[in-house]
Amino acid sequence: MTVMQHVWIVLGVLFVLLNIAAGLIWLERRMLAVWQDRLGPNRAGPLGILIVLADTLKLFFKEDWIPPFADKGIFVLAPAIVVGSVLMTFVIIPFSPHIVVADLNVGILFFLAMSSLGVYSIVLGGWASNNKYSLLGALRGASQMISYEVFMGLSLMGVVMLTGSFSLGDIIAAQKNVWFVFTQPLGFIIFLIAGIAETHRLPFDIPEAESELVAGYHAEYSGMKFGMFFIGEYLGITMISAMTVVLFFGGWAGPSFLPPVLWFTIKTFAFILLFILLRASLPRPRYDQLMEYGWKILLPLVLVNLMVTGAVALWLRGG
Amino acid sequence: MNLLFYLSASISIIATLMVITRYHPIHALLYLVVSFLSVAMVFLSLGAPFIAALEVIIYAGAIMVLFIFVVMMLNLGGDTALQEKHWLQPRIWLGPSLLVLVLLVELVILLIRGNTPAMEISVVDARKVSMALYGKYIIGVELTGFLLMAGIVGAAHIGKHQRKLLHRFLIEEVNAESSTTREELPRSVANMEE
Repeated sequence: MTVMQHVWIVLGVLFVLLNIAAGLIWLERRMLAVWQDRLGPNRAGPLGILIVLADTLKLFFKEDWIPPFADKGIFVLAPAIVVGSVLMTFVIIPFSPHIVVADLNVGILFFLAMSSLGVYSIVLGGWASNNKYSLLGALRGASQMISYEVFMGLSLMGVVMLTGSFSLGDIIAAQKNVWFVFTQPLGFIIFLIAGIAETHRLPFDIPEAESELVAGYHAEYSGMKFGMFFIGEYLGITMISAMTVVLFFGGWAGPSFLPPVLWFTIKTFAFILLFILLRASLPRPRYDQLMEYGWKILLPLVLVNLMVTGAVALWLRGG
Repeated sequence: MNLLFYLSASISIIATLMVITRYHPIHALLYLVVSFLSVAMVFLSLGAPFIAALEVIIYAGAIMVLFIFVVMMLNLGGDTALQEKHWLQPRIWLGPSLLVLVLLVELVILLIRGNTPAMEISVVDARKVSMALYGKYIIGVELTGFLLMAGIVGAAHIGKHQRKLLHRFLIEEVNAESSTTREELPRSVANMEE
């Protein structure tokens, strides 16, 4: 691959991702409306799709206010971290056999590393705001994300064991005959739950629980800085959906009447819709319930999954 | 490769110096995170991608978040910064830096003499690391497991609360009634249970 091709792939991926993240604003409102038997956005443009434009313009023209009691440098840094760390993760995702920025040989570890750096945006944003609600949100966010990272990493180790590699290209190749969702159903479910908790989406949006904490860690943010948290959340949904597709649903593989990139998009959007459906249908658990659920149910389950997978893999190999 | 190494190595040195000289604890911790990230880059440029990833996941992503978490909860702000300022006087850091300077001179002399073998870069992937860990060094891994288990048990023991028999409102009532003598408490609890 030439250098120019590489640059085009990087720019193309960036362009498509940022547009998808903005478009999800419309998709989410529209789908929520459908599931709640309302009309939803329907004024600006056909089916209200221009609400994306209206929303972005509104965010740009709002007053960008940094509270005088905030720690200025860190306050500005925090929203950049969330978007940066999520966008970095897309480096390893193969969108089709030829469209991948870099197929690292430590791909899954790179994904885990970037998602663990994403915690900083919540922690630092909440702390730098110098506001009690924000700090509470940040504390909740930090403990939630650190805990669920553990299960997320362990749930992927079954896939790694069956493939024998951390590289996402190898993982897709290993799913040629049977998708890992059938051989690793428990791993898939736990990864999805941990993924929802990592992107702190409903029902796990406890760091920003608006009914108790105003808006949690981003209560003091306004203008495009708030917009960055917003876009970061949608990018996070896209990222977890894309990772689920790559790790458990065969990635770009599919019948040949459609190009691989289209298969990848269809599968990813199916999971994005699942995320939105979860938001529309589930209530938010209490904070201690969330932690208890993680450490007392998910952790033993994921360890059992790991042991059984290891034993079966060894037995099949005749070792 | 060499340029990348020197770039990330100098970033890690600068970041570590900033950790020591910052007065505000959160700012210092953030520079420490930068230092860990640049050390991960150093590992990567020396051909150890697995260790680089673990450095980011474990040190930068988990341990430092916990540090910042604790500092946030303790709400260390202006007072700590003042205290740090007070502590960072030349009288304090002059001695250690003189000693380190001697080590630096020794290092430079060794490097100039040039009888150290040139470093050979060979990529060590995750498979090789795990084969070594779970083959040759298995006893070390297991001993570390024991140590961590002991740590967890100790932390659980320290963090354990005494079990409450009654609802907290009832206990407050009992305490208010028998605030003079502590020994009455069990008896009144027993009465209440009857």
